[in-house]
Amino acid sequence: MGYSVKTEPQVIAFCCMHCAYAAADLAGSSRFGYPANLKIVALPCTGRTDMGHILQSFEDGAAGVLVAGCLPGRCHYVSGNLYARQRVDYLTGLLEEIGLQGERVRMINISAGMGAKFAELANEFVETIRALGPTGLTRKPGSGDFQPIAEKSTGPSALTDNESVLPLADPKPIDPKPMDPKPIERGVT
Amino acid sequence: MTQQPLQQTATTAQGLKSGSHLERVLAAGHFAVTGEIGPPKSHDANLILEKCALLKGYVDAANITDNQTGIVRMSSIATGILLSNAGLEPVIQMTCRDRNRLAMQSDILGAAAHGIRNVLCLSGDHQSFGNHPGAKNVHDLDSMQLIRMLQEMRDNNQFQCGEEIAGGGPPLFIGAAANPFAEPLELRPRRLKKKALAGADFVQTQMIFDVDRFREFMCRAVDLGVTESMSVLAGVGPLKSAGMARYMRDNVPGIAVPDQVIKRMEGAVQGIPSDDKKARMAAARAEGVRACIEQIDDIRQIEGVAGVHIMAIEWEAAIKPIVVGAGLYPRPGDTG
Amino acid sequence: MIVADQKPIEDIRQMLRGKRKVLAVGCGTCVAVCFAGGKREVGVLSSALRMATELAGEAREIDEAIVQRQCEKEFIEHLGEQLDGYDAILSLGCGVGVQSLADQFPGTRVLPGLNTKFMGGPEEQGVWVERCQGCGNCLLDYTGGICPISRCPKQLMNGPCGGTADGGRCEVDPEIPCAWYRIWERMDTLEIQQELMEIRPPKDWSSSRDGGMRRVVRKDLQKPDLDDGS
Repeated sequence: MGYSVKTEPQVIAFCCMHCAYAAADLAGSSRFGYPANLKIVALPCTGRTDMGHILQSFEDGAAGVLVAGCLPGRCHYVSGNLYARQRVDYLTGLLEEIGLQGERVRMINISAGMGAKFAELANEFVETIRALGPTGLTRKPGSGDFQPIAEKSTGPSALTDNESVLPLADPKPIDPKPMDPKPIERGVT
Repeated sequence: MTQQPLQQTATTAQGLKSGSHLERVLAAGHFAVTGEIGPPKSHDANLILEKCALLKGYVDAANITDNQTGIVRMSSIATGILLSNAGLEPVIQMTCRDRNRLAMQSDILGAAAHGIRNVLCLSGDHQSFGNHPGAKNVHDLDSMQLIRMLQEMRDNNQFQCGEEIAGGGPPLFIGAAANPFAEPLELRPRRLKKKALAGADFVQTQMIFDVDRFREFMCRAVDLGVTESMSVLAGVGPLKSAGMARYMRDNVPGIAVPDQVIKRMEGAVQGIPSDDKKARMAAARAEGVRACIEQIDDIRQIEGVAGVHIMAIEWEAAIKPIVVGAGLYPRPGDTG
Repeated sequence: MIVADQKPIEDIRQMLRGKRKVLAVGCGTCVAVCFAGGKREVGVLSSALRMATELAGEAREIDEAIVQRQCEKEFIEHLGEQLDGYDAILSLGCGVGVQSLADQFPGTRVLPGLNTKFMGGPEEQGVWVERCQGCGNCLLDYTGGICPISRCPKQLMNGPCGGTADGGRCEVDPEIPCAWYRIWERMDTLEIQQELMEIRPPKDWSSSRDGGMRRVVRKDLQKPDLDDGS
């Protein structure tokens, strides 16, 4: 429906380190596959997600944005995931006003041990985005046309140096190289 | 040197402030009865004359609402003039919502020139309730300040700015509204006192259904000395149905409807098949009239109550059976 | 503080019709603190507008700028250096900011991206309420610190009216407490409730908006005239 191998939709996933990122890592190491065009951005907490980050993702060519945080009531920073939920709800409406489908942004809540669930939800979301088709926005040059990588999608390990799997019972603080989202200030004096 | 108009001198000599029929009825010690007319949403004078015919002879004076609920209707003063000419004394109502102090004074002078004497001063329902919710509201003055302004026009012959009114001020019988059961409850008697201090001559209250609570309210009002300078007319109104009773209880601030009143209205239609709307309506209305008569009988016993103000909303035909049934007919005749 | 909120996107798009290149300018003071026009909000709105206009087939270039205060000349003058080529400025400042930009740059169309609502403050996180109407003659000493002009829909001076609903709510909007209910309560707490039995006379509205556009002049602060040799 408008996609070919060369133009698979880009989907950005903002994942909190404590739960969602760990779950994605677990999915990878447990070989629960999810699409390689889901690019993960690690954050200390989904509460750190700015609406600007999400909109910028769409401007830069993403066709869908997933925000993955801890289960409600289990946020490491108490209520960050609840604020993220409120922002995602707001953006769902804003996207409709812009002329994009509200379903292109979604929030999911999972715990660090839910590797299989992460893969399932990631697959489901990418499928939704595929079905919605391209946004119709011109991709900015250099914003990263999809490059198909090795057929075995192995989760986020391709993106960080950290090879260790998080122990479930006693999460050690991890310090991967932060993936800074592109700076928002374009044209700012 | 200002000459006082002859009529004013005569009025003052009798200790009257305006010489209106309503004032004279109260001054003579009769239990007064006022009614209410809602002007039409048109310029059709005939509609007013039809309603006038239903009230004339059964009330001492009839209120004419002023864009009530923020819905545009023929002006109170214009309707008052028509009523006057038809032989029924009007009580014009003036809200603070639609006029600034210039328009108020100007309208009052005009009303007085047409012989209108009784004025009820109100804040006015907010325009958001009506059919022109985007209108700018005025509220240059509030009802307390309006009362005081009219009192000073009449007694000091002066406009609000202090300038003298040539030929003397208008002879007015100044009214205020009261809502005894609106919150904050404990304040309401004191607020009534404040209206007396502002210069109100009479008060008409919101509809009373809970006579016991009203009795308590009047007790406190009398203690505060309210009735020494002000005539209190208790508001009553016939209910058309239990639904109307419940609606008023739930949606109109300050209307307290006891459960037994609702039960009574519900009881009125028992036994009548639900599809016989005509019969149900007739039965309910008959009960509403009976209940109103009983309320008036009870209220008459309360110390300090000088009369009743009967609000038969869109049901002016109910006035006659209520007034007659309560033993208030015939009304005192020509009092001056 | 001045409280404002953003105009609906559709309204802003209507204003931007026919303008290819637009500079969205935010303000770092009042509207930043009520999250209507600060740097972040400028970013979100500009991004949304860029996408919306592109999807509608009328792509616009919307660049972003932020100044500390739009209402003061010294903070906005520098924008003049970069206005070449812009068809319009979309101001995300309050009404004062919009006019200040328009006065400073009369040759550039300045459009309001916000609806300035009132002078007020945050009641709780995410909720701002009106508190002051700038009547020009403060009477808060009479009402225990609760303003009837801004908080009573009928601006009563001798309230309450007969419409106070259960729970001390205003009949016009159940979300608003009846201001006069609160005033009587407050004066009771201050043990001066008796003062409210005095009848407040009619207000002189000439110090308010009714009297016309107002000015405040402080002679002691104006720039001295250097030519005044004496």
